[in-house]
Amino acid sequence: MVSPNTPETPGGGTSPSGAPRSIQDVVIRLAGNSQDGIQAVGGFLARLAGRSDQDVMTYMTIPSTISGGPSIFQVRMGTGDILSAGDRADMLVAFYQHSYDAHISSLRPGGVLLYDSDHVTPVAGDNRFTHVAVPITTATVEAVGGTGKDKGKNIFILGLIARIFDLDVAKLSALIKERFGGRNEDIVRNAMLAFDSGYAWPQNNLRDLFYRFEAVDQAGGPAPSGRPQITVDGNTAVAYGLLAGGVRHGAGYPITPWSSIMETLRTELPKYGGIFVQCEDEIAAVSTAIGFSYTGQLAITGSSGPGLSLKMEALGWAVMAEMPLIVVNVQRGGPSTGMPTNVEQSDLLQAIYGSHGDAPRVVVSPKNVEDCFYIALEATRIAREYSTPVFILTDFALASRIEAFDEPDLTTLMVSPKADLSTRGADFKPYPLDRITRHAPPGARIESGKYPTVTGLEHDEMGHPTGSPKLHTQMTIKRREKIKALGAALPAPEHTGDPEGEVLLVTWGSTWGPGREAVGRIRPAGVKAGHLHLRHIHPLPNGLEAIFAKYKKIVVAEINDEGLYGFGQLATLLRARYANPDIVSITKTDGLTFKVSEIVTGLAKYVGSQKLDGTVGVSSHSALAKST
Amino acid sequence: MSSVATPPAPAGAPLTKKVLVADHPTWCPGCGDFAVLASFYRVLEKLQYPHEKIVTFAGIGCSSRFPYFVNTHGGHYIHGRALPFAAGISLGNDDLHVFVFGGDGDGFSIGGNHLVHTARKNPRITYVIMDNFVYGLTKKQTSPTSPIGFKTKTDPTGAMDQPINPMRTLLNTGATFVARSHATQVNHMTDMMLRAAKHDGFSVVEILSECVEFYEGAFDAANPRKGGTWSMIDEKKNDGSPEDAARHDTSDELAAMKIALEPWPGKFGVYYENKSRPTKNALEAGLIARAKEKTKNATDLQLLQSTFAKLR
Ligand SMILES: Cc1ncc(C[n+]2csc(CCOP(=O)(O)OP(=O)(O)O)c2C)c(N)n1
Ligand code: SF4
Ligand SMILES: [Mg+2]
Repeated sequence: MVSPNTPETPGGGTSPSGAPRSIQDVVIRLAGNSQDGIQAVGGFLARLAGRSDQDVMTYMTIPSTISGGPSIFQVRMGTGDILSAGDRADMLVAFYQHSYDAHISSLRPGGVLLYDSDHVTPVAGDNRFTHVAVPITTATVEAVGGTGKDKGKNIFILGLIARIFDLDVAKLSALIKERFGGRNEDIVRNAMLAFDSGYAWPQNNLRDLFYRFEAVDQAGGPAPSGRPQITVDGNTAVAYGLLAGGVRHGAGYPITPWSSIMETLRTELPKYGGIFVQCEDEIAAVSTAIGFSYTGQLAITGSSGPGLSLKMEALGWAVMAEMPLIVVNVQRGGPSTGMPTNVEQSDLLQAIYGSHGDAPRVVVSPKNVEDCFYIALEATRIAREYSTPVFILTDFALASRIEAFDEPDLTTLMVSPKADLSTRGADFKPYPLDRITRHAPPGARIESGKYPTVTGLEHDEMGHPTGSPKLHTQMTIKRREKIKALGAALPAPEHTGDPEGEVLLVTWGSTWGPGREAVGRIRPAGVKAGHLHLRHIHPLPNGLEAIFAKYKKIVVAEINDEGLYGFGQLATLLRARYANPDIVSITKTDGLTFKVSEIVTGLAKYVGSQKLDGTVGVSSHSALAKST
Repeated sequence: MSSVATPPAPAGAPLTKKVLVADHPTWCPGCGDFAVLASFYRVLEKLQYPHEKIVTFAGIGCSSRFPYFVNTHGGHYIHGRALPFAAGISLGNDDLHVFVFGGDGDGFSIGGNHLVHTARKNPRITYVIMDNFVYGLTKKQTSPTSPIGFKTKTDPTGAMDQPINPMRTLLNTGATFVARSHATQVNHMTDMMLRAAKHDGFSVVEILSECVEFYEGAFDAANPRKGGTWSMIDEKKNDGSPEDAARHDTSDELAAMKIALEPWPGKFGVYYENKSRPTKNALEAGLIARAKEKTKNATDLQLLQSTFAKLR
């Protein structure tokens, strides 16, 4: 289902009998302070949606200051495909006056403002929204009692939301018990008291808000896998993808938003017989990781922002010495310390070209949280097969949001981590000119008795340093051609919508969802439009020029600056590669994920714009609005 | 550079210098590093580790060219970062014997912080710093050990920054084996490297190795053939004799620091040795063993499946 987050009120208003109105999806934004546990509420809703075969996507901002600070969690849940976190909220839950002040503009006209009347006084007479006042703080204190004060407000809200959206109470209670169980019994009891009290909040005080999600329409969509859904954030999905791909070693240095990957791996790897080392800095981390890879154990290092800059010299060594390695970059706003808890796609050219010299390596990027798992798995295969560093470019948005997806079929996917220490034959060469390098780790006997030296100096086939112009040329070609060979072996990229027409939207990374939704939104308005999404960016898959030739304009949407010459980083690369002047850019650097409407507006410039006038505005009205 | 042909060593055949020699060294004739290399062959001959399990690694510098001249698995990494790389090797495969070679600039300047943190971790690595008090490869710039007043291309009127005291610095890092030797004392140097190799943990040997090209005579003060005095640390024998009380207890950090503060050219030998601190290799192995016990040795597949089940 394309773009379910649309205006019409499917149920046509609350029936007097109190029967729920039917909706396809809803965007709920919870705004409070970081210590209020609103992330937890978001997490419960996301996991519930996952367990209910509903699609879910979340959007989270975490203040970069540790305690206190304002914090939001936005969850979009519904039936069918959910592609983006939703441009604007259908319901805003405001815990404090500052939450209300800062976020009321994110609520669609016709949306529901649910606020804590103990703390918030909304602007009087603002009839764009349905105002629902609930004394959340007092009600929670009354329900839970004791010394907990207003702790549990978040669970009270969860109960309220469960009531309003007719959510599965049995499943939610189970989730609450799983989350808090195993600790103090009192905690579970208090949480359930808060939940029940929110759920039982008198209906007439809720102004007859009562909705139910439409049944999933399976026809036309992909066949259900039969596997249950799991609900995780992108960083966790990357970590498990690497585990499935047989990565058992790694090293890193903490930095937001990369840290949770290293924390997960530090906790998980010992169970698998592996080691994750916290190093003194990112240079040591990449060095230790390459050291692991040198022993035949494909290893991972990663970072964000400044940390990647520090790794670049060592990565050039890994390219020169042809060591397999996984490098994760959870992109944030740059340059320098930049915007640590915002999203940006501005490290693409660094990933491709960031070391000195000609240092070709592989760059891939996941399109959503589920893909974080699969791209990590694929990166491990590429790194081994082509004996090369592979960059995984994720971003803050993927790292911090939770999505539900089909549990990967591990029985077919798990890769053995075993290092190949078999004896290498007498003809073994560490850097053969006619083949892809196959590193011989220490511990492997070399029958010729000539042990290999891996090196960052230009070298001959045996790894001896050389200043030979001929060999430097040949070895440069060798390192380049293996990456080109991968390009030729890549699958065709995801190409949807009209196979030819006025405009082709090109996206990479987490811009996939809003991009796809934008194209889905403009086609019904009569625009012939396609969407091409690139997961493999360096090398690019072959055959893109044939696709580009079918459209009048190729519009690349990415979250980075248009630079001195007017094009974003991928657009610059595509223009250089295909010398096609019809490739143009939509860029932005506000630190936020693309709204669908921003892409639609960007595309409008290149198509008969009157066609899209209505389309852009269409999404501005809330799915929760009473009949209009 | 041509390689010297090496006959294959059949499995189990003794490791001899003949087998261990690789490319012909590119060092200047008379460079102290030749003697360090010759001693290292002797060390490997004495240790008789399985050939394929020896790893020789280095950073960048004249001294760091070392791995090309030793026929073992090995590599030539980037300037100053060989230690964290070697930590990955040692922790990645605990069966290996990992040796790292490098210069004073590599180890104390660009790699200075790695020295501190590798010592904190105490992985099973033997590190030999070939200290010539100058940047050799880049042709005579001031090094972190250049004495005040030494004229270099970057300090034409003489070095002015306080040189670091290698022994004092190494002791402060908490390295669990710290020794000092001189490239003209082949037996002593061999003995120090041998003891360092046998130490279970991070062992460091500083070897004064003259750069005849850019700092001739730098270490004559400790060379009797050049009129200097060679003074060795008198280690405790624990023989109960009255003289023994005055001898150096290598487990005594404070006493080691006192020797480190003696005036130039100071003493040679084992300054400090800590035989009880666990290696990172052992600590990580313990972590793994406890984790495996907790998960009842579940297979990798079972582990990840049960993790996913909790995420439903
Ligand atoms: C990142 C980086 N900076 C600078 C250099 C240049 N460089 C190579 S070796 C060296 C100093 C070598 O001195 P030392 O470590 O004392 O070794 P020696 O040549 O004296 O044995 C320098 C500055 C480099 N290779 N890499
Ligand atoms: S320049 Fe100095 S350190 Fe380098 S090889 Fe020559 S003598 Fe040795
Ligand atoms: Mg030097």
